[in-house]
Amino acid sequence: MILGSINPAVLLAALMVAATPILLAAIGELVVEKSGVLNLGVEGMMIMGACLGFIIAVNSGSPFLGFVGAALAGMVLAALFALLTQVLMTNHVATGLALTLFGLGLTALLGQQYVGITPPRTPRLDLGPLSQIPFFGRAFFRHDIVVYLTIALVGAVWWFLKYSRAGMILRAVGENHDAAHALGYHVKRVRLMAILFGGACAGLGGAYLSLIRVAGWTEGMTVGAGWIALALVVFASWRPWRAMAGAYLFGGVVVLQLNLQAAGVRIPVEYLSMSPYLITILVLVLMSSGKARASLNAPGSLNKQFHASG
Amino acid sequence: MPAPLMQLDGLTKSYPGVRANDDISFNIGEGQIHALLGENGAGKSTLVKMIYGLVRPDSGAMTLYGAPFAPAQPTEARLNGIAMVFQHFSLFDALDVAENVALGMENPPPLRDLARRIRTVSEEYGLPLDPTRLVGELSAGERQRVEIVRCLLQDPRLLIMDEPTSVLTPQEVGILFRTLRKLASEGTAILYISHKLEEIRTLCDEATILRGGRKVATCDPREKTARELAELMVGQILTPPERPARAMGDVVLEVDNLSLKSSNPFGTSLKDISFQLRAGEVLGIAGVAGNGQDELLLMLSGELRAPRNQVRLRGKPVGHLGPNGRRGLGVVAAPEERLGHAAAPDMSLTENALLSAARRKRLERGGFIDWGKAEAFARDIITRFDVRTPGPHVLARALSGGNLQKFVIGREIELDPDVIIVNQPTWGVDASAAATIRQALLDLAGKGAGVLVIRQDLDELLEVADSFAALNEGRLTPVRPAKGLSVEEIGLMMGGSGDMHVAHEAAE
Repeated sequence: MILGSINPAVLLAALMVAATPILLAAIGELVVEKSGVLNLGVEGMMIMGACLGFIIAVNSGSPFLGFVGAALAGMVLAALFALLTQVLMTNHVATGLALTLFGLGLTALLGQQYVGITPPRTPRLDLGPLSQIPFFGRAFFRHDIVVYLTIALVGAVWWFLKYSRAGMILRAVGENHDAAHALGYHVKRVRLMAILFGGACAGLGGAYLSLIRVAGWTEGMTVGAGWIALALVVFASWRPWRAMAGAYLFGGVVVLQLNLQAAGVRIPVEYLSMSPYLITILVLVLMSSGKARASLNAPGSLNKQFHASG
Repeated sequence: MPAPLMQLDGLTKSYPGVRANDDISFNIGEGQIHALLGENGAGKSTLVKMIYGLVRPDSGAMTLYGAPFAPAQPTEARLNGIAMVFQHFSLFDALDVAENVALGMENPPPLRDLARRIRTVSEEYGLPLDPTRLVGELSAGERQRVEIVRCLLQDPRLLIMDEPTSVLTPQEVGILFRTLRKLASEGTAILYISHKLEEIRTLCDEATILRGGRKVATCDPREKTARELAELMVGQILTPPERPARAMGDVVLEVDNLSLKSSNPFGTSLKDISFQLRAGEVLGIAGVAGNGQDELLLMLSGELRAPRNQVRLRGKPVGHLGPNGRRGLGVVAAPEERLGHAAAPDMSLTENALLSAARRKRLERGGFIDWGKAEAFARDIITRFDVRTPGPHVLARALSGGNLQKFVIGREIELDPDVIIVNQPTWGVDASAAATIRQALLDLAGKGAGVLVIRQDLDELLEVADSFAALNEGRLTPVRPAKGLSVEEIGLMMGGSGDMHVAHEAAE
């Protein structure tokens, strides 16, 4: 029996690791979109984070500094996006696409000398007796700290959007920027902060790929993770916990199909490789269809230019 | 005369190419209901935005209780006790009532306490509201309550109301007026913006009239006739539209027991709609916004398909046809939303003319556009309907609301339709343009077309309509002759006052 060679605890553990970069990018983009901005540059910001995080970690020997640098790199690219779309009023979609292409190109240049190097190891978080629990210990409690921080971040974003006043203002800006402006809220300032947050998250997600998940740098190594993060946000109806479920589903199918490939299942590799994308989107479509209200969650002013009048 | 609460002195504000406000001065007294009257573009909203801190004046000064007052942003105005009920633009559909109220307050209490206060205040003033409901699900009248309650919770000293009655039934207007009078008797000043003259004459103590950015007069509206006020506002003598005597012809358009689901999740589905429209008849359909007007227009224009046999043109089933098919047969429509629905904002007037007239006016040949003909057609509309624009090459979005409306309605009228359906044809249009549009619709009916006008403004509707029906939650009342209908009867047809009730007698 081929499937017998797959250990479910290892599979679960690998799933959490595989899902983390996408989840980080998605939760950042979720906040950006809730503020009414569509930033298609997630892929570009991720790869910037992956590349610069890797370079900084290798040169400093500290994965922690690598993550900080990655977040900053993502923010710098996001700031560029904010400058173009919020100040110079360029089109969101075109600017986001340009950002992705720019990020991919720039990192190909910056990372040239770093191909084939191994980054410093990120220590596993020691959870003491928890990690000794049979099965569960192996699956859930032997990860690095980023995995747990990411889950905490999802919770924090959920709480922020639902219960905090700042979160309510952010939602208001995304829902109807004219009304928010009329009430005296600073639409652009709110959006700028959201965009920077999104950039930092995407950068962290990228660094997680290059420093932990893959542990190495190759050109274009995000291979569409940013796009999946974007799709997750939409299909999760802009809800943090749903985005997390989607990311874990995606991670799960990725890991499963890799295991199936390794186990030599007689399905062409190409089908297995495309399966995570297909299955994630299919499930999320099923989740968000049927309820007319799901579409109502879309921020009302998403991807609309805001011109302050008067 | 009570002590002035606020004095405006020489307020001036220019935008590139326009002087929106020119040297405007007047006083608002404590507990006074002060009307600000003027046509669209007269500078009412700019003036109010200055008071509310959204716009800074170029010159001039304001004082509040004798102290200089120059709010740099709305927060500052709100802290000084100035509250504003917006005409639109200030509610968030996807947020609930309490959140919407909280967003308009400086230091809102926790949402749970706020919800309790919303209930208390709204009951006290006879405007019941459920704080947990999503605003997107509320009717227009309820949405306005949200705005008013939001203001009341801040104990305002000056309440600014921007065209508050445009979305209300006559009964709801009555209740609103009682609420406002109660507020005024408690010492709150109210700046009431409107162009509805009768309302101002019943409600307000003093009126300031603006025209073209300047103050024309400050007067006691109760001492003037509506006609005098209108002429001050417009600056010219107004003539009511002529209605040529005409005979009604055969039934041109017929709708049978039609129920149709709205395509918009916050929309109103049509329920069991039946009516007949005769050649030469103007059928007026009234109703408070959000009771199915948009859906009715979409269904008649063909944007929402109906079962084949339930919509008939001269006995021929057309329910299954889309807008182009129906236009080909002579059914044209002009929707309410001018930019983005009736006209494509970023296309020129020629292109916009072409979009709806291509087939009927043969502006294309073998799949190629005849630009010369299309431009001539656009020019025709511009001259015939007095559209003020440099030429047909101008983008639709560059026209003012009234001018674009004349163009959009003119375009459809020029198609010589058998049936024309218009939604809010004179919404946000100045008085002289509105008169042109009304006259054009009446002339069209005189030529034997069936005209269906959907409109909230009852005075206007009764001025043009031969017969009358009202939409209420997606249902259409039976059609009645317009002659002899009283406003009260119409109000009842429109659904009365819903659950609004008058503030407790004890509190008065």
